[in-house]
Amino acid sequence: MVLTALTVCAALLAIVPVAIITARSAHGRIIVYGASLAASLALLLIALASLFAPASTATLPLGLPWLGSHFRLDALGAFFLAVVNLGGAAASLYAIGYGAHETAPQRVLPFYPAFLAGMSLVVLADDAFSFLVAWEFMSLSSWALVMAHHRVADNARAGYIYLIMASAGTAALILTFGLLAGPDGGYTFAQMRAAHSDYGAAVLLLALLGAGSKAGLVPLHVWLPLAHPAAPSHVSALMSGVMTKVAVYGFVRIGFDLVGEPVWWWSMVVLALAGITAVMGVLYALMQHDLKRLLAYHTVENIGIIFIGLGLALAFKAYGMPLAAALALTAGLLHVFNHSVFKSLLFFGAGAVLNATGERDMEHLGGLIHRMPQTAFVFLVGCAAISALPPLNGFVSEWLTFQAILLSPQLPSWGLKLIVPAVGALLALSAALAAACFVKAFGVTFLGRARTPAAARAAEADRYSLAAMGFLAALCLVAGIIPGIFMDALAPAVASLVGQRLPTQSGVEWVSIVPIAESRSSYNGLLVFLFVITSGTLAASAIHRFASDRLRRAPPWDCGYPDASPATQYTADSFAQPIRRVFGTVVFRAREHAEMPPPGDTRPARLKVDLRDLVWDTIYAPLAAGVSIAADRLNHLQFLTIRQFLSLVFAALVILLLVLAIWP
Amino acid sequence: MALILDLAVQGAQMLLVLLLAPLLTGLVRKVKAHLLRRQGPPLIQPYRDLVRLLRKEVVLAENASWLFRVIPYLVFAATWVAASLVPTFRTGLLFSWSADLIAIIALLGSARFYLALAGLDVGTSFGGIGSSREVMIASLAEPAMVMIVFTLALIAGSTQLSTMASILISGEVGLRVSLGLALIALIIVAIAENARIPVDNPATHLELTMVHEAMVLEYSGRHLALIDLAASLKLLLYVSLIGCLFAPWGMAAPGTGIAALGIGVISYLGKLAVGGILLAVFETSIAKMRVFRVPEFLGAALMLGLLATLLRFVSGSL
Repeated sequence: MVLTALTVCAALLAIVPVAIITARSAHGRIIVYGASLAASLALLLIALASLFAPASTATLPLGLPWLGSHFRLDALGAFFLAVVNLGGAAASLYAIGYGAHETAPQRVLPFYPAFLAGMSLVVLADDAFSFLVAWEFMSLSSWALVMAHHRVADNARAGYIYLIMASAGTAALILTFGLLAGPDGGYTFAQMRAAHSDYGAAVLLLALLGAGSKAGLVPLHVWLPLAHPAAPSHVSALMSGVMTKVAVYGFVRIGFDLVGEPVWWWSMVVLALAGITAVMGVLYALMQHDLKRLLAYHTVENIGIIFIGLGLALAFKAYGMPLAAALALTAGLLHVFNHSVFKSLLFFGAGAVLNATGERDMEHLGGLIHRMPQTAFVFLVGCAAISALPPLNGFVSEWLTFQAILLSPQLPSWGLKLIVPAVGALLALSAALAAACFVKAFGVTFLGRARTPAAARAAEADRYSLAAMGFLAALCLVAGIIPGIFMDALAPAVASLVGQRLPTQSGVEWVSIVPIAESRSSYNGLLVFLFVITSGTLAASAIHRFASDRLRRAPPWDCGYPDASPATQYTADSFAQPIRRVFGTVVFRAREHAEMPPPGDTRPARLKVDLRDLVWDTIYAPLAAGVSIAADRLNHLQFLTIRQFLSLVFAALVILLLVLAIWP
Repeated sequence: MALILDLAVQGAQMLLVLLLAPLLTGLVRKVKAHLLRRQGPPLIQPYRDLVRLLRKEVVLAENASWLFRVIPYLVFAATWVAASLVPTFRTGLLFSWSADLIAIIALLGSARFYLALAGLDVGTSFGGIGSSREVMIASLAEPAMVMIVFTLALIAGSTQLSTMASILISGEVGLRVSLGLALIALIIVAIAENARIPVDNPATHLELTMVHEAMVLEYSGRHLALIDLAASLKLLLYVSLIGCLFAPWGMAAPGTGIAALGIGVISYLGKLAVGGILLAVFETSIAKMRVFRVPEFLGAALMLGLLATLLRFVSGSL
């Protein structure tokens, strides 16, 4: 199995030269994306077939001569391979249509299959060296895609910050694997598993730093809302929906598999970070009026939700409660899948809007539901799913996370007893704020009246884009109404990590899900869906049978004062104003002040809002200032004579030897 | 046979909540009017309003989309399903297992999500103000509600509403601090969710203070009838929820005879009447808050809920 998967990855890499040659030709797009679609589908099938199969391994004579390259496809890898390639296949299909509008295809096409191959290789790698090479390959190819439109002013900055954060993250991962490998240098994952590192805590914290910076845990998220929106939309979807999941894979692989038995306080760190990430992510998202940036910030929130599940699973695992750990881990991993589906869908929708109007700024959109009804419908499904509304899939994974939280009073540690309810409150808060955020995203973009001529002239998306979005929207519904199948698919991966699996769900009558016991909790998405449809239809038929069906179109009522100008509608900023006032004054130090021109002056009055990004101001700005000061000081070293250089080298050598001599 | 009876009870419950909902709204209005020394409209006025609205033609704004016309049905359906899953006169409802309390809250959340979208659809400033304030209120009320659910679920060991109710009926739980805190929080949430004074005023059309009414301002005719009925159902749902969790007396257990069911129905009607009267008294005795006082009010509910959950986490007996 793993060899087949590697062959397909090699085929993906083989598309790269083809892409370089054909990029400027008319058919280059169709060839590259079509081939990527085929390869992703093949990898998806391989992954699905391996979900329940025993792990298969392969060693290739590549890489370091004494190590070789080890690859392995086990249940966990197969699940993430499926997530990666489901997203990859959908993005490739979407891009066949979307890519037609690309102004610089030669900057996108060659890197796209490389990026897909990089992500698949990360989840297949079975030694530290191949893992890191694939990880860097994924980072750099996605960086190249972020920089595709490098002349747009903000993109250069986005790419620069992304590069720095990615390097820092990889550095942390190198140290992680260094600690795991130990002094004997057992760099294969099998050796690491057997070795049981003595520095478990350091390994976990470094993995949190390395994988967390790629996934977007607060405060390591700063690059994400800059870089994700800068790329072309299908790549944004891959970066937000899929690449962050590869980072989650890295954390799960290290934290649950390689490091051995966890200690309870590790989960406290993970839970605290995850809870803060969930709420901060959605609050940041609420403050945005750039549609793609809003979606990118919202990814941060969902990463928080995923890490809440993972943190709970670590806690339960540390205290030897495998069933509860299985529930929490299933919740987290199911959210990985769900988020990859609806976040890709939403980015595709944002891309369709961008193509149709040339605008990402919601303040310049509006009324698109009339011009793009099908895109609006699938985008609405995505919005409802990400807001955790039943009967769609987002609700199921949040429901499972809540159920896992309800099992945690059995945890003996007092620290966890105090932090878990707080994390539960943060999760509930972020879920409610997410709904507010997507009322805003959908309402301001698609509803109301067009705010600009560009929005008024928008045309429906092409059929490839619509097919990709329609497929993902259908998947949101299917995963919401029969979640049992998806939970069962996760069971082998979960069992391999925490030692127990949830009860089989597919046999439960009426396709309910019953994570622990029916007296405790159960949920049936199918019945809820049928109930809502039936009662809606009942109401509609009763009304059309008995009530008046007359209908008259008239100007809006608006309490008698309708204003013809679309500028009088609520905008993205004004919609978020109440929430900004309630939460933003603390979190963002939000201040509003009105600028009133003096009497006689004909300038318009302006309302200004100041938002401060405290994470940037308190962590990154001082860090950048420190680096720049240090660089200034060290600048002198450039102008030394050869004699001074030699004495510098000699001094360094002496000092190092002294340290070695004194070191016990 | 048992299945048929269960099915009948579930069907009866669906019809009962639908039929009683406007009556409860009428009762609250009537009692409020009496407290203000007015005669007030008759109890059945809400039914008459609904019939009148259903007979009228719909005046639809020119740029309203298809979504605007679908949303009333969605809102009504989601609220009705949620209300039919809350035990009223009998525990152990047939479909209780299909959605637990968290799912019921989420169903109400979806109704609100779609209604807030409807407020933005026509592109008027009143719709916008209503939607943006509604989501602000919900962003605090929903987590507070989830914390209340946590507290109750940790006491009952289940998030199934029927199981919770049977455990609370059995009396083995007794009086607990966390239950008291949860009750206060639940009442605050119920007031906010149903747009009652002091959070919102259901009777007002004083533009700058309205939230719910501003969102539905563009609706008319049968659409408005559905939304009004959904609002009544939501009020009934919250009264039933408080009744079944904090005053579960008289509810029939599954498998009991017609007599027990009769007692269940009568006690349920009694609970509704008491709930409606208390709500009217409370609403009459308090003034409406400024909109930015509401977060403090709801923040109190959130903190009470969190405190109650924390108590459950640190001690089994509180």
